[in-house]
Amino acid sequence: MVIMESALFTRSVMMKLKNGSSRVAGVAVVVPSANPPQGFSPHNKCPNENSGVYSESYGPTLAHCNTTVWNPLGNGLSYEEFDFPIFSLKDDNDTQLIKQCYVDHNRPVNGSDPQYPLCAMQLFSHMSAVTNTATCMRRNTNGFTFSPESICEPLGDHNIWAPAKPLNTTQKGHKAGESMVMATARLDSRSFFSEIGPGAESAASGLITLLAAAHALRNATQEAQLSRTIFYTFFHGETFDYIGSSRMVYDMEKNQFPIDLDNVHSVLEIGQVGLFSSSKVWLHTDPVSRRNGSVEEEVKKLVSNLQTAAKGLNVSVEEPGVTQPLPPSSLQRFLRARPFPGVVIQDYSSSFANMYYQSMFDNADSLKMSYPPNLTPEEQLNYVTDTAKSLAELATMVARALFVQAGGEESQVSAIKADELLVSRMLYSFVIASNNSWIQELVSSESAAQLINETANFYISVERQTSLPTVLVQHLLANLTGSTANVTQEDCKNQRENQDDKESKHLYSYSWVQGAAPPNSTERKGFCVRSTVHGTKALSPAFELEDYNSKDYSTWTESNWKQIKGRIFLVASHDLEMLTLGLGIAVLLTSLLLTYVMSSKADILFSTGREPTSATY
Amino acid sequence: MTAAVFFGCTFIAFGPAISLFLFTIAREPLRVIFLIAGAFFWLVSLLLASLVWFISVQISNKESASQQKGLLIFGVVLSVLLQETFRFAYYKLLKKANEGLLALSQEETMPISILQLAYVSGLGFGFMSGAFSVVNILADSVGPGTVGIHGDSQHYFLSSAFMTMAIILLHMFWGVIFFDGCEKRRWFVVAAVVVSHLVVSCLTFQNPQYVSSLVPTYIIMLSMGIWAFYTAGGSLRNLKLCLTCKDKDFLLANHRPR
Repeated sequence: MVIMESALFTRSVMMKLKNGSSRVAGVAVVVPSANPPQGFSPHNKCPNENSGVYSESYGPTLAHCNTTVWNPLGNGLSYEEFDFPIFSLKDDNDTQLIKQCYVDHNRPVNGSDPQYPLCAMQLFSHMSAVTNTATCMRRNTNGFTFSPESICEPLGDHNIWAPAKPLNTTQKGHKAGESMVMATARLDSRSFFSEIGPGAESAASGLITLLAAAHALRNATQEAQLSRTIFYTFFHGETFDYIGSSRMVYDMEKNQFPIDLDNVHSVLEIGQVGLFSSSKVWLHTDPVSRRNGSVEEEVKKLVSNLQTAAKGLNVSVEEPGVTQPLPPSSLQRFLRARPFPGVVIQDYSSSFANMYYQSMFDNADSLKMSYPPNLTPEEQLNYVTDTAKSLAELATMVARALFVQAGGEESQVSAIKADELLVSRMLYSFVIASNNSWIQELVSSESAAQLINETANFYISVERQTSLPTVLVQHLLANLTGSTANVTQEDCKNQRENQDDKESKHLYSYSWVQGAAPPNSTERKGFCVRSTVHGTKALSPAFELEDYNSKDYSTWTESNWKQIKGRIFLVASHDLEMLTLGLGIAVLLTSLLLTYVMSSKADILFSTGREPTSATY
Repeated sequence: MTAAVFFGCTFIAFGPAISLFLFTIAREPLRVIFLIAGAFFWLVSLLLASLVWFISVQISNKESASQQKGLLIFGVVLSVLLQETFRFAYYKLLKKANEGLLALSQEETMPISILQLAYVSGLGFGFMSGAFSVVNILADSVGPGTVGIHGDSQHYFLSSAFMTMAIILLHMFWGVIFFDGCEKRRWFVVAAVVVSHLVVSCLTFQNPQYVSSLVPTYIIMLSMGIWAFYTAGGSLRNLKLCLTCKDKDFLLANHRPR
């Protein structure tokens, strides 16, 4: 059992533990409260390299991060197989207790071996599945085990999307005359350890920017008659080889989605944007599809829209060199289907600015969110940090560019402005604590039970569990782009305006949210939100096709596991154990012998002078 | 610790009781019945004691350490008194049952003597009380760890096992002495049993100084054993006869009249 400081939690040390010795039964990493200044990323150097668009048949010179390594700090630990459990420990009293136990019992004194009893530690982390997805999915189905439980489950959740104007969502397939500008962000992250997936920069920064832009566009898109519709989309499971985007593209191709690929005009993706230095963001485009003349033209238009939108704002945009491929992004999955004009906004040009890409350190500190000391949680919620200000600025730019891209008049864009306080509150909710007064007003009472007082976990998890970010984005998007509908709670739950209404449910979705409690009352006054927000399955098409060795689609599954726990205790020396056993056997044998002798001679032992005489009668 | 400790402790705690059961009780169904009935009576006494305990803990002040300690002592004393009351009740019941048995049986003598009854019921008490005092400790002993992370002695399992062995044997001796006292209406004998039971139970408050609880307990056990031996009709002379194996002709002499 190894307990190490997180500074030692590196690839070289872990590989030594993995390969060098078969005596390692487990590792516990003590995670410090401060982030390591040198950076740390357990992800690969080239994230999602095999599931993106670049391959031997598509821009072979750009494939496998040939031209630029996106995540140079990545040590790939998340993708190594370890035969022993690795736990993270917070640096708190329990960890102190473990260290003290070691110091008291196991530390050698004067070079001699420590005396028994020795301090021992046990980590429980039982995983049911073995080998790979193909194996465990096969065992799931053919009743290899007699228990009804499955061995592993595919990763999955929901993509959240909302068109800026109502769209008939029950009718699948091509929508004649519709042209969509997709504005996308990713909804998930991960880290090496379970339960911890802060994803502040890798996921939260982008999705908050998009949410703020959607809010800024609410009034503008309703007033102006736009020739194209903005289609806000939040993809889930992008970390695990683009689960969400590949599923949406698959659904569009199979006419199982309200729109199809022909309806998609262009794609604007917001990636990691929390850290732009000197107010500069980079517009990444795909050099391969730009060789196509019409696509090149549209890309240029989109880029110039963004450049125009940035004017007058404290943001400058720049394009990296054309020979550079797209960074890991959902757009790559669209490009796999066909060439689309698309731009990915990132805060870096050729490698991540994020030093903690998909690690447990990708938190509020990595976004440089800082609050003045001594603020109550309520004050923190409403405090506008510098990070929030710059993200709001970026959201304004995105919103204005989207407006023009959708056919809006350039003269109207000055009215579009993202709300700094809103961005600040969203940052607080995703990155610090979702259980706050603001979020509680905006979610349904069922979802309120999921709110927590700590950083949201951006890990996608298995399909039957809806992750907290999904719930938050769904409700926030509904509140920020939708409107309050004056309907009863029952009608709201039944997705209708009134009892005779049978059409609205095709266009809108209704959700009854908790609302605020009026002053001098504790009872919340709920209301109904009407929006165009929908969720569709973000489950890899590989599981739909039952192709568990798919090269095209994500096949990640999560093994079923039993309760994860650890404990420390003392172990007695072998001698003492054997002494106990020996004593036990000795006592048993002696007493067997004694009782046998005594019982066979009982009449002599327990005979008084009188008894035999009385017995003769 | 491990399975070795589990078996070691089980053998220590129940070894004597099991061998007694095998050689003296298992062969005769009537004795088995009385043993189980004795165990049942002990259980009922525990049920009553725990009922009182449950109520008193509910109404007590949980913060006050001294009150909790006092409660514990009260619980122990009450439980001991209840156990002895039930021993007396069981004696009364057996007397009645014996009369019934006598009426039923064709022989004129009783099928089981009152001394044998005393021994069997005492062992029944011992079995149950021993099981209750050590089973959860045994269950924990199977695990990989041992006691002592907070600085306690690691001989906890071993001393618990020896304590249980003593309690089981003591219950057997007490049974013999108690029934004899009742039979001969020597109430001081009964009182001696109750007092020694109280003393032994209160000695466990000495834990975790295991030596200071185990040594007096074993002294009391030894003296009770000798007393019970004499009560059951044993004597030094018999012991000497037994040890020197000069019993052959004695046996013959005894059996000739039949």
